[in-house]
Amino acid sequence: MGGTFFKNFSFFSATLSFFLLIGIFSILFSYAQDALHEFGFDFLFNEVWEADEDDEGGIFGGFIPIIGTLLSTLIAMIIATPLAMGIAIFLTEIASSKIAKPVSIAIELLAAIPSIIYGMWGLFYFAPIVQEYIGGNGVGLLTAGIVLAIMILPFMAAISRDAMQTTPAVLKESAYAMGATKFEVIKDVIMPYAKGGIIGSVILALGRALGETMAVAFLIGSVMSIPSSITDPSTSIPVLLANNFAEAQDLEMSAMYYLALILFIVSLVIISIAKFYFLRTKVK
Amino acid sequence: MSKKDLVMEVKDFSFTYAGVDKPSLNKINLPIEKNKITAMIGPSGCGKSTLLRAMNRIHDLYTGNRYEGEINLYKEDDSIQNILKLKKENDFIQLRQEVGMIFPKPTPFPMSIFDNVAYGLKLSGLKDKAEIEHRVETALKGASIWNETKDRLKKSALGLSGGQQQRICIARAVALKPRVLLFDEPTSALDPISTGAIEELISELKKELSIVIVTHNMQQASRLSDSTAFMYLGDLIEYDKTDTIFLNPSEKLTEDYITGRFG
Repeated sequence: MGGTFFKNFSFFSATLSFFLLIGIFSILFSYAQDALHEFGFDFLFNEVWEADEDDEGGIFGGFIPIIGTLLSTLIAMIIATPLAMGIAIFLTEIASSKIAKPVSIAIELLAAIPSIIYGMWGLFYFAPIVQEYIGGNGVGLLTAGIVLAIMILPFMAAISRDAMQTTPAVLKESAYAMGATKFEVIKDVIMPYAKGGIIGSVILALGRALGETMAVAFLIGSVMSIPSSITDPSTSIPVLLANNFAEAQDLEMSAMYYLALILFIVSLVIISIAKFYFLRTKVK
Repeated sequence: MSKKDLVMEVKDFSFTYAGVDKPSLNKINLPIEKNKITAMIGPSGCGKSTLLRAMNRIHDLYTGNRYEGEINLYKEDDSIQNILKLKKENDFIQLRQEVGMIFPKPTPFPMSIFDNVAYGLKLSGLKDKAEIEHRVETALKGASIWNETKDRLKKSALGLSGGQQQRICIARAVALKPRVLLFDEPTSALDPISTGAIEELISELKKELSIVIVTHNMQQASRLSDSTAFMYLGDLIEYDKTDTIFLNPSEKLTEDYITGRFG
């Protein structure tokens, strides 16, 4: 009796996530219909985002937020990936456990800070520094990218560290036993062994950076213009959605669902790739 | 037995693991003869692996272990090196190229068969491709696995069976032309047929190098080795010719162990 109930309940819970996924996709897809019909694939390359006077129509193109999202994420990845690898290698191979423990805890705490706090810190503390030493107005792609990098760094470092720690001690020992140096063991044994997990962590971090809204909204400038340098302000998909959602109507609303759909598909593809890599490491 | 017949000698060696008060090895004395197979037997926890792992300073990958005494390596030029005195990374590398090690589980690196065997050679600074290819082939033949692998050298070593992987690991160690090879229960993860192949290989190898083998398997020790050391609770109870140890041991404890009364 209880067994049947429990079986049905867990079956329901398990299938729920699947239906949610399909449900969200169909809502996005149906609400985006107007914009899809009106603009088609040209939407991806059109830089104009302008509503008519009467707010009923207009021309909407996703080029700027798409470019802004990709560039700020790219900057974040370029900064965060090598740092995360450095942290992970330090924690697994170089640091003594006395140092590794507090550093690990600090990194996990960094991951727990809400993104709005990163946004505020970035705006009032970090943006002036970027303005002084690199240029621009403070807010812009670079500032957003750097703060995004700081946000995804702990996450990437922690997963890469976990992957590296799965390298069997005896495998490392046998490399040392052949006269390998610490650097050679890291390069030839640990990195190849943990490759799947490391790539997975990078891709998951990429997914998080693409969808990050709050911190980026503080820092990217929210300006509908194509950036000509990395310190220029621009906008990103989630930021544009958050800023315009309250006022938009009809076609503009539909265009925003179109953008949301693009972000949804891109994130889904990225997470799927990450899952694929994680599964592959588990099989090994 | 004159010093000339020795390749290594353990003298009054005591070893204590990090964070432990009681030493795991007490004043061990053990000669390692040149071109002979020395077996170390004893029940689990007797310290045989600990002693073996001290002989190429693999313990030093972990901090806090303490040791006393000497482990001498008799070099080819007749000089004597106390390997416990080594401190620099470069000295460790040199030691480990002279005193190689095979582990209880096969440990192929995540790379091709060829690269696995060439790995140590490349680490040692050998760049000449033809020379590397030649030495890889010789090593694979020496580990009697050339016929099975010559057509798939570029394939991942992870695709081989356990026994083949272990022979790749032996080939990898042999390619460096070490003078001593330490085997830490090399067949404990293998089936009887692979075990037989590895044992045959080990007896072949003693023509070229000196071998120390730790084993749980007493038949293996009696089949393979020239001398045997019996260890118990961190002490070396008895060391002698293998025949003497197994047929006519002088210690009661040794006799009890080899006749299966404990352990």
